[in-house]
Amino acid sequence: MSDLPPAESQTQSITGPQVGVDEWVMRAGGRRQYAPGWRGDVQRRTDKVGWWPRLALAGIAGALVPFVLGNQFQLQVGINALLLALLAVGLNIAVGWAGLLDLGYIAFYGFGAYGFALLSSDQLSTAGVHLPAILSLPIVMVAAAILGLLVGLPSRRLLGDYLAIVTLFFGEAFVEFTNNVAPSKLGGPNGIFALDPIHSFGVQILSNKGYFYLLLVLLVLTIAVLHLLDTSRTGRAWRAVREDPLAATLMTIPVNRVKLMAFSFGAVVAALAGAVFAAQQASVFPTDFDTPFLILIYAALILGGAGSMAGAVLGGLVVGVTLDGFLRSSTEAGYIFYGLILLTLLVKMRPWRKLALVLGSTVVLGFALHAIVKAISPSAVAGGPQSSGWIASALHSWVIVPQNPTTAGNIGFVVLICLLIALVQIHGRWRTIVLVPTLYLAACVWEGRLVAEPSITRQILLGAILIVMMNARPQGLLGSRRVEVV
Amino acid sequence: MHFFVQELVNGITTGSLYALLALGYSMVYGILKLLNFAHGDLYMIGAFMGYFVIQWFGGAMALTIPVPLLLLFMFVIAGGLTGVLGVAIERFAYRPLRDAPRIAPLITALGVSFFLENAVLLLFGSQTRVYNTPDFISFSTGIHIGVLQIDIVRIMVIGLSVILMIGLRLLVSRTRLGKQMRAVAADREAAEMLGINVDYTIAATFFIGSVLAGVSGVMAGLVFNQVYNLIGFVAGLKAFTAAVVGGIGSIAGAMLGGLLIGIAESMITGYISSTLTNLIVFGILIVMMVLRPQGLLGRAPLQKV
Repeated sequence: MSDLPPAESQTQSITGPQVGVDEWVMRAGGRRQYAPGWRGDVQRRTDKVGWWPRLALAGIAGALVPFVLGNQFQLQVGINALLLALLAVGLNIAVGWAGLLDLGYIAFYGFGAYGFALLSSDQLSTAGVHLPAILSLPIVMVAAAILGLLVGLPSRRLLGDYLAIVTLFFGEAFVEFTNNVAPSKLGGPNGIFALDPIHSFGVQILSNKGYFYLLLVLLVLTIAVLHLLDTSRTGRAWRAVREDPLAATLMTIPVNRVKLMAFSFGAVVAALAGAVFAAQQASVFPTDFDTPFLILIYAALILGGAGSMAGAVLGGLVVGVTLDGFLRSSTEAGYIFYGLILLTLLVKMRPWRKLALVLGSTVVLGFALHAIVKAISPSAVAGGPQSSGWIASALHSWVIVPQNPTTAGNIGFVVLICLLIALVQIHGRWRTIVLVPTLYLAACVWEGRLVAEPSITRQILLGAILIVMMNARPQGLLGSRRVEVV
Repeated sequence: MHFFVQELVNGITTGSLYALLALGYSMVYGILKLLNFAHGDLYMIGAFMGYFVIQWFGGAMALTIPVPLLLLFMFVIAGGLTGVLGVAIERFAYRPLRDAPRIAPLITALGVSFFLENAVLLLFGSQTRVYNTPDFISFSTGIHIGVLQIDIVRIMVIGLSVILMIGLRLLVSRTRLGKQMRAVAADREAAEMLGINVDYTIAATFFIGSVLAGVSGVMAGLVFNQVYNLIGFVAGLKAFTAAVVGGIGSIAGAMLGGLLIGIAESMITGYISSTLTNLIVFGILIVMMVLRPQGLLGRAPLQKV
């Protein structure tokens, strides 16, 4: 055989079954390699701690967060990040564990929100239905589970891609439905507002801090329940179905029922998140449940690692905090942008000499180009960085930003994408050489164009996360690489 | 009756756009088993390119070149650019994932689609661009049968679609490239062993499919007049379903599916309600996909173990 399977390249002295055969694959868990040095020690120690102390520790750490957050805006970012984490954990059930591409997931989130809105406002009757949360949340969740079963029914007949498109239609249909059907009840494009907060037994949650803790508790509970589910027979069945539905059938796993369960559980988690979301912002609008938010949830899950619950939570928090929180202010967005570039270079570039060379020549190139362009036409560098803060003042005589940066920034953006594509294709010395102008151009485009359009930049970055993560590290930050059977 | 025929003509026009778009989906799906979500966005980019070509030659009111030449330029430039873009997307985003689990390229395709939509938003802004077709192609030219009017743009769209589909049919069934495409679609590894350049064949498939998407985008601009960055997503969805309804991988099927969806859509708009059109069409499509996933002209795939 000319092409060796990837598993064989990491040959190690294993006694036992031959590399790649079924018995070998089965023992993948026990063969985990620890990193050398202190990191390995830490890994070994943490592996000995059970799952629930770890979860409790994470929960306590999360509970301390509001003491650090200074203002309401930061608290709101925290709430959004927790919501995103909860949604990513729910999406992980269908996508990560059962391997079903559920593109209608966002509709369950919307269903939960609208369900809660109808049960906690004056929409349904003149006196209004104002159920306490202890009733309305379970009602919404059960209804979502049933809806999940109904939507999941096609998955009995449909293969992967067809299922994706049917669920995508379902998601689109949900937005169309809320926009156009029964405007007196569902409010049409104006949505439903003046909702009750979460309340039961006379206790109301009104403050953002309250919602933060509510979401934290719900997230921890969800993770605990799902962990038990994951390690149960059902969880193993999901994984079997994901890897090979036909083999799973032959092992007498009820494939259809298992798939439906995955859909349903995902729907319940999404509906729960939707209800809390509706209560927190006291209103629901159809646009809250459109495709861009679906991409956000997918980006969170893929970044963290589909199939790993810790990864889903981490991805949700990272995407929620970085893209939702920091990108609102150009200074903080700059930290993220330059920090990410430096971090990627630090991790990926070896040896250090090369890294220093690249960074050094980027800096020199910038000053040289800036000086040359300034000598030729002063208006071409008159714009200056569009962000503020110390990074911008440091970059002032380094990046080229013309007086009116829109057109130049657009051209730069297209050239940048071409350069990035070229970077992936070429190797060796040329890659290092092309990297220098690419880095410089990225900084120029960022300062000239992207910082001025934070919401579009955010969306572009989300799309890029999906593409790059899938190509470079499909297992995500925390997921584990799948073992392929030869 | 005359209203019915008018709606039918509208439906056939929209349908032939869907059919052209569906062909690209169908070809890519046939060869890679990949649902290329970004295909609809290439259609959108094609429509934008057509608009810029009009602006380039003086705008709709004051064209500096004759209309047939302008149309030629629009189709060639839009088709060429989307073709190159399609090949670049394949090379950059999909090729590394060819042997990955099925879900990975799907998620990448979703990312590419979202990326393109927002890159266009960044480059061209969110305002709707208007082709102003009636300013340079008079609405009154065309066929008049009694009260029924079929304007020249619609005739051109339908005619060009038919020509392109026949051309594609011939390409796939008669040429060497078509044979290679069929071979790769049937069994990639076996085709590779027989000395077929698989990478080249797949890239060529993407090129042809993307050119068709760009051309149908220009036609959509001419017919519907309005272009903005989100027109591609829903059109792409419907076109993919058109491919599935007709039977994926079959050219005649894509044509049939596109026409059926186009006609259904325009009949619902005309007779039931224009706000509910999308909802009803989505509903029909879901039912169709669930009841007969192999499509009208397709055969249920054999499951290989």
